[in-house]
Amino acid sequence: MSTTTLAPARRRVDYKKFLANNGALVGLVVLCLALFIATPDFLTGQNLLNIGIQVSTVAVLAFGMTFVIVAGGIDLSVGAVAALAAMVSSWLFVAAGLPGWLTLLGGLATGLLAGMVNGLANAYGKLPSFIATLAMLSVARGLTLVISDGRPIKTAPEVSFLGGNLGPVPMPIVVLLLSAVVASFVLNRTVIGRSMYAVGGNAEAARLSGLPVKRILVTVFALAGLFAALAGLLLAGRLDSAQPQAAAGYELDAIAAVVIGGASLSGGLGKISGTFVGALVLVVIRNGLNLLNVTSFWQQVVIGLVIALAVGVDVLRRKTRNS
Amino acid sequence: MNPQPLVTLQNVGKIFGQVTVIKDVTVSVYAGHVQVLLGENGAGKSTLIKMMAGVYQPDSGAIVVDGAVVTLPTTRAAEDLGIATIHQELNLVPTMSVAENVMLGRMPTRHGMVDRRALRNRARAALALIGLDVDVDTPVGELGIAKQQLVEIAKALSINARILILDEPTAALTRHETEALFAVMADLRRRGVAMLFISHHLDEIAEVGDTVTVLRDGEFVAEVPASTPEAELVRLMVGRNIEDQFPRRAPELVNPAEILAVDKLGASGSFSDVSFTVHAGEVLGIAGLVGAGRTELIRAIVGVDHYDSGTVLVRGHRLPKGNIPAAIAAGIGHVPEDRKGQGLVLGASVNDNLGYATLASTARLGLADFTGQRRRAQAVAEKLRIRMHTIDQAVGALSGGNQQKAVFGRWIIAASTVLLLDEPTRGVDVGAKVEIYELMNAITDAGGAIVMVSSELPEVLGMSDRILVMRDGRIAGELSAAEATQDAVMTLAAREAGSTEIDAIVDDIESDEPISEPNSTTIDGTLAAVTPDNAPTHEKE
Repeated sequence: MSTTTLAPARRRVDYKKFLANNGALVGLVVLCLALFIATPDFLTGQNLLNIGIQVSTVAVLAFGMTFVIVAGGIDLSVGAVAALAAMVSSWLFVAAGLPGWLTLLGGLATGLLAGMVNGLANAYGKLPSFIATLAMLSVARGLTLVISDGRPIKTAPEVSFLGGNLGPVPMPIVVLLLSAVVASFVLNRTVIGRSMYAVGGNAEAARLSGLPVKRILVTVFALAGLFAALAGLLLAGRLDSAQPQAAAGYELDAIAAVVIGGASLSGGLGKISGTFVGALVLVVIRNGLNLLNVTSFWQQVVIGLVIALAVGVDVLRRKTRNS
Repeated sequence: MNPQPLVTLQNVGKIFGQVTVIKDVTVSVYAGHVQVLLGENGAGKSTLIKMMAGVYQPDSGAIVVDGAVVTLPTTRAAEDLGIATIHQELNLVPTMSVAENVMLGRMPTRHGMVDRRALRNRARAALALIGLDVDVDTPVGELGIAKQQLVEIAKALSINARILILDEPTAALTRHETEALFAVMADLRRRGVAMLFISHHLDEIAEVGDTVTVLRDGEFVAEVPASTPEAELVRLMVGRNIEDQFPRRAPELVNPAEILAVDKLGASGSFSDVSFTVHAGEVLGIAGLVGAGRTELIRAIVGVDHYDSGTVLVRGHRLPKGNIPAAIAAGIGHVPEDRKGQGLVLGASVNDNLGYATLASTARLGLADFTGQRRRAQAVAEKLRIRMHTIDQAVGALSGGNQQKAVFGRWIIAASTVLLLDEPTRGVDVGAKVEIYELMNAITDAGGAIVMVSSELPEVLGMSDRILVMRDGRIAGELSAAEATQDAVMTLAAREAGSTEIDAIVDDIESDEPISEPNSTTIDGTLAAVTPDNAPTHEKE
């Protein structure tokens, strides 16, 4: 295992290591190649932009989920919080008549607040994150229906702008890339990000080392809520309206993306780049199956198998590396 | 001794990748005989027992059972030949009853339903084999570790095991629980069970073993009688003389400053009215029986737990209750009792683990100081000689001693001036122990202060400048290094001061500890063997 001075040998080792650590990326490349061969419609500018737009919502949700999973928790409420945030934003615009930019902030604040409540319930209320966020899922979805009376509400122009275009580039893709950079920066460079790995790896050891574990958990869930709100606003912006049933079930896609990206549900492991690739894998498969005219019923079956395969390969890889 | 061994590993070897882990080792286990396997961490002991247990296959050599060469492709195959392993991490289901655990996988049934009565009866019969008296309906998780271990032994014997491999069974036991285990082992020996015993406690070898196989770096070094002096065993094990097992050097300071002052500290149910001070350059040892409140006291001082009354002062400044970051900022460092569960994030890198305590304090605008952290971690890893491939390696992959050094390293980076150590050398091999002791010397040389809780009496006696003895949550007495002896400490530690006989102490602690109550026939044998005289004492020069 010692590093050799021979450059070629070292490069080969790094190359192998790269493949071993980026199984999802390899899978994505193989998938894209296969689709490129299978259908001429895959590698077109319009389709790639479509993929970019579709991945934006899932990926932004999943970035927030990555924080939570790295810190050893789970957040089932992100889909419902996304819908609530968008609905609150639209309500503030239509019913309260606030200026558009303020409704945008109001939406984000809603997500942040819902996430904080999750974190407080988990860290201070001692509810397992699964339960706390399951409750929030129900509460947030219910509030969305209460506010909207079950009907869509039109979004402010500032929110619709998020679903529009910036020159030739769709805004969702711009927002996606920006949030990837921010999320990655938070996780890798900031004290709070580094603390997430410690808390997820061994919360007691983190606490005894002086890390404020409870405050970290609250921050983690608050960040997940904030990213969920952003995803909700992206989605609403594309449709020019907040839908009461928006993003239903998206939490499962987000979890799948994080896990395909190599994070461990037991905490302490995970990267934003991995999650990004995981979200792309999910969306590219759906897109490809659509292009190949596979029904959405079968798509679900395939997605399920891919999740099992991705995690299975990962488990096997870790096992062989450890022995 | 029977002429034919029950099991022999004959010139076995094992290679992982390009690393030879075991090279040409022969070890035999005889009926009614306790064979001790001795070696530092990494010497190949666990690889060896895994070959005997059917977990690993030898790459060379042979496994001979009852004179015939066999292969043990699975642990099941080993069990079928009567070879059972009692692992350090017990294989019991905590929520199931003792009876269910003993009979797990072999539940007696009637009409397709579990036959509860037969289950209990068979489990009771199994427990009777080793004289363990517990209610078979108790959930295993409610028993202490020692009793759980005995349940596991009973389980093994009830599957007709005739060769028991005991992998560090005493590591988590108190002295008294260890006695009970040894009584059971002595009984099993009389009944012709063969045992392979692994322990890091040298003083246990002569007590329970017959012969000792010493391994070093995967090679056979010697087979010697268990009565071999400890110093000689250490020499064989590490391959050099360890001059002094406890190299304490107290620095000579004029008017050393008082660093830590604990005044009338109390927490209901744990400890009360505890007062003491520690000065720069001093090692204060805290001795006492398990359950005397030592760990609870340490945890309260460093802010892990709350306390009800009293004060903690560091250099005259009062620490807030239950506030770990404030304690760290005041210069306190804590090496907790359970390294893996409380000390380290095992999956994270050595670099990360060294930096947790200083993550926030070295940050600028909420951004972690990556380069600085790496530099500090490199430097401290070098200074403490933490043996690793790279600083980015997962800390869980290091040996126990090097893991412990990483916990110390965290506080050295944090520039802590008072370290509170809880069982600092538990699960650490002899060579690394001495390195940790030298580290303690270096800390006190630099003007730091140390409070050390340890259940290893020789360690407390050998490394402390002053010793507090705790009993039932109170300080029972204080001894200077000069007046401290094993006897003096034990007298203070037991409830009835004045009694110097160990058996009186043992009877005394019986009531308040979750330990086994073996029947009188088994306990008699060992109590006679444990007198203060043949236990090792380490007086200070």
